Amino acid sequence: MPHDFDDPDHAHSVLPPDPALRVKALETLLERKGLIDPAALDEIIDTYAHRVGPQNGAAVVARAWDEPEFAEALKQDATAAVRELGFYGRQGEHIVAVFNTPGQHNMVVCTLCSCYPWPLLGIPPSWFKSDAYRSRAVREPRKVLAEFGVKLADDTKVRVWDSTAEIRYLVIPERPEGTEGWSQEQLAKAVTRDSMVGTDVLGAQS
Amino acid sequence: MSRVHDMGGRFGDGAIDPNPGEPVFKEDWHGRALAVTLACGALGQWNIDVSRHARECLSPKDYARFSYYEKWLAGLADLLEATGVVTREELAGGPVASSDLGDRKMLAEKVAGILAAGGPANRDGRAPRFAIGDRVRTRARSANAFVAGGHTRLPSYAAGITGEVVLRHGAHVLPDAAAHGLGERPEPLYTVVFDAGDLWGAPERAGDEVTCDLWESYLEAAS
Repeated sequence: MPHDFDDPDHAHSVLPPDPALRVKALETLLERKGLIDPAALDEIIDTYAHRVGPQNGAAVVARAWDEPEFAEALKQDATAAVRELGFYGRQGEHIVAVFNTPGQHNMVVCTLCSCYPWPLLGIPPSWFKSDAYRSRAVREPRKVLAEFGVKLADDTKVRVWDSTAEIRYLVIPERPEGTEGWSQEQLAKAVTRDSMVGTDVLGAQS
Repeated sequence: MSRVHDMGGRFGDGAIDPNPGEPVFKEDWHGRALAVTLACGALGQWNIDVSRHARECLSPKDYARFSYYEKWLAGLADLLEATGVVTREELAGGPVASSDLGDRKMLAEKVAGILAAGGPANRDGRAPRFAIGDRVRTRARSANAFVAGGHTRLPSYAAGITGEVVLRHGAHVLPDAAAHGLGERPEPLYTVVFDAGDLWGAPERAGDEVTCDLWESYLEAAS
């Protein structure tokens, strides 16, 4: 297979510079060549805009809080455990769940690109894909957390998981105070997207 | 030696904007860019490692100035030409020739099934050489062993550092080979934890840690 995408004279340079026009030009060309179906593009967008998102991960977290045996299954084989809930697919073929404890806070980054557990959290937010997060999260996670309004206790260790392979990490935040007796539906509503990436800590609920 | 994407630990990037109210796709074209890229992947002309490498091969100037989905679009255009799916003349607006890949087109009714099926990277492969708890040292340099300037998943900041195996994931496709048409060459994959002090010298807090997911050929036994 040729590899001239490493040619300094890049093919993309002949496309219109404006990104909206750029994608339109590509889409039009590929449609005229019979290689893409615009209805399929709509379907992909609808999937990630409306159906696959952090509500999936929140359901996993809520169940882990509520059912110790499910939490144990997540620790043993998260891919299988979340698959039983129907969560599997592109960018989520190999899942590891990492549990926050009073002694250890977990945080996820992809310094080399933007790997993220799509079936559980959807498409990553801009901050996760930003140069600032990718470069700084591994070296100064506490300063990064402070920018999200999170201050950890000094005796809590931070472990940052850099997703350099096809393993996708889901942080299981600590269950917040004030949620005793809540249903899994109620619990799921208390889980924020960022808490499942490790840039949020869930405060007491009322 | 490294490429522009390998930015872990870099200084100078400034503050992060958590932007809590951000929609999934901030602009309509963001969703289109994602969807076109996924639909083209279904044509089967490249794998995920090839597509990552295409983005990494953007010039440093373009990589820095392009937003996330602009990188995807540029990488996609470069890949489509490199694999012969389209020509540069077609990209430039010239006459459009027919393609013999039309029967691979992702149809709307197949989208849900394709996205749900995923593309697992684990393979049958040799037994792992290292056990959980073993001390291992990474390659001295973050470099592809097969191709100069080639794709690798050892970040520069973690090159030449000793850590400890904390997870084993079985054998996975080796990106260093798969990105360059050299076959999958599956190898045992590990999660290795490093002490922040070993990575950065003066860590933000003593005892903090960073993990990376690393293939066996990136590692050697350490004591």
